[in-house]
Amino acid sequence: MSRRAKDAVLGWCLLVPSAAVFAAFVFYPLYRLVDLGLHQRNRFGTAERYVGPSQYVDVLTGEEFRSGLWVTVRFVLLTVPIGLALGILLAVAADRRLRGIKVFQTIFSSTVASSVAVASVIFLVLVNPQIGFFGDVRFLSLAHTDSALRGIALSAVWANLGLTFIIVLAALQAVPEEIDEAAVLDGYGPVRKLFRITLPLISPTLLFLVVVLVIFGFQAFGQVEILTGGGPAGATETLVYKIFNSQQPLDQGEGAVMAVGLFGLTFVVSLLQIALLERRVHYGR
Amino acid sequence: MAADAPRSPWRRAGWYGVLTAMSVVVLFPIYTTLVRALSTPASYFREGQPLRPVDVQWDVFSRAFSEGDLGRKAVTSAVVTVLIVGTQLATSVIAAYAFAFLEFPGRRILFSAFMATLMLPIEVTLIANVQTMRVLGWLNSYQGLAAPFLATAFGTFLLRQGFLGIPPDLRDAATLDGFGHLSFMRRVALPLTRPIVASFAVVSFLAAWNQYTWPRAVVTESRWETIQIGLRSLSAATVDQGNVALAAALIAAVPVLALLVFLQRHLIRGLTAGAVKG
Repeated sequence: MSRRAKDAVLGWCLLVPSAAVFAAFVFYPLYRLVDLGLHQRNRFGTAERYVGPSQYVDVLTGEEFRSGLWVTVRFVLLTVPIGLALGILLAVAADRRLRGIKVFQTIFSSTVASSVAVASVIFLVLVNPQIGFFGDVRFLSLAHTDSALRGIALSAVWANLGLTFIIVLAALQAVPEEIDEAAVLDGYGPVRKLFRITLPLISPTLLFLVVVLVIFGFQAFGQVEILTGGGPAGATETLVYKIFNSQQPLDQGEGAVMAVGLFGLTFVVSLLQIALLERRVHYGR
Repeated sequence: MAADAPRSPWRRAGWYGVLTAMSVVVLFPIYTTLVRALSTPASYFREGQPLRPVDVQWDVFSRAFSEGDLGRKAVTSAVVTVLIVGTQLATSVIAAYAFAFLEFPGRRILFSAFMATLMLPIEVTLIANVQTMRVLGWLNSYQGLAAPFLATAFGTFLLRQGFLGIPPDLRDAATLDGFGHLSFMRRVALPLTRPIVASFAVVSFLAAWNQYTWPRAVVTESRWETIQIGLRSLSAATVDQGNVALAAALIAAVPVLALLVFLQRHLIRGLTAGAVKG
């Protein structure tokens, strides 16, 4: 066998394990979802009826999907801008030469250790009306339809703060020293330097973070389930919450269509992410 | 670029003040959790919002293990996490090697297909994957908990970038020395990219240990719950066990906190991969 042929065989062999996992648990399910969306099943899952693309139209324009989408979008708007701003604030404060700064940096990174479930349990008690420290804060109350999503968003902002801080700090530290010195020589004060020079320089990283945080927001499920169970009165049912709870045979077609809708959303945002990754690679080499 | 230390001691003190205030805000939820976990539930009703523990009960941590069956759940989480991290390392290293060092037809298309999986998080494919698990009889099993995560495009991408950074001369020299691909991978490429492998392993551990949605979907019996799902079960119990749920939350965060403290460099490099150029 020629060397080329050998290389080809080896290459395929090395890709088989990953490809098999992706085929079984990523691509086949995608096909399955699209197919499920074309069918309706009876309560017991014993019979299946082809209903065609009309189910897609019905579900994607229907009340369930639209309300789930609206809750998801509001959740993203409640978590991403505030989370990013707080992360930048912490990173700018911690990016300086001071004795013991590492301690502060570790503290600011610490929430990276908290999972969705850990953060949710912590905030469930914090905002608990009877025993929570924020129990009297009506603005965050989980018991009211107008405020429950804010309570959930707060726990997500806190849980994501460590990651946001770590990434922004790394970006700040990668800004070349000379640029900083030049700005000072040009008479820029610290605030003007931050907004005119530093933040624009790290804007690719900030954009990357926005994408990551938006995708986190799209995937919100555990926080909702633990903190409110989707309530009160369905006011905090995100798309993934609705999808998760449409696994009974009767609802499966609808759930599958909603999942395809979520895929559409993720697709658009992920394209942006991959474009950014590639740009990073291009610059890096 | 770190800002220089302020010359005047007053301004330095000012920065310490600002940083301390920020630390208090960030740590506040953890602190109140600790206070609540250590206090008896009855005491929080009596004392309102105590800022330090009352009627301290250190046994709450052992009660979390006994009442929440946390030991078994921690073991389940550990087994699943080790399965996922170990297998992801293996599958990503070899796939990344193929993409970086081997020429073969279909390479570009396959690479695109790998990258496309980044757009299909488990939340999207959930319904169909749960069905697959039901058909295979893998609900409530280690295979079911781990299977969808045994390969990763992120890891493959990261390691491929590392491999591409190895100078081609080195590969040529190794070929002259009679190294085949597999020995070159094991004896040259992997040792050279060890920092990337370590960073990826740490991030993979973080993600696997902290997972919620998939284990929640694929586990229907409480004895198969991972520690994260166990937290939900505990918190769903009544208020008089609130302190136990909080203690459990702190316990669940310990392994990852250990990563943060002992492997901070790797964790940070892994988390910032792809975010910061250079």
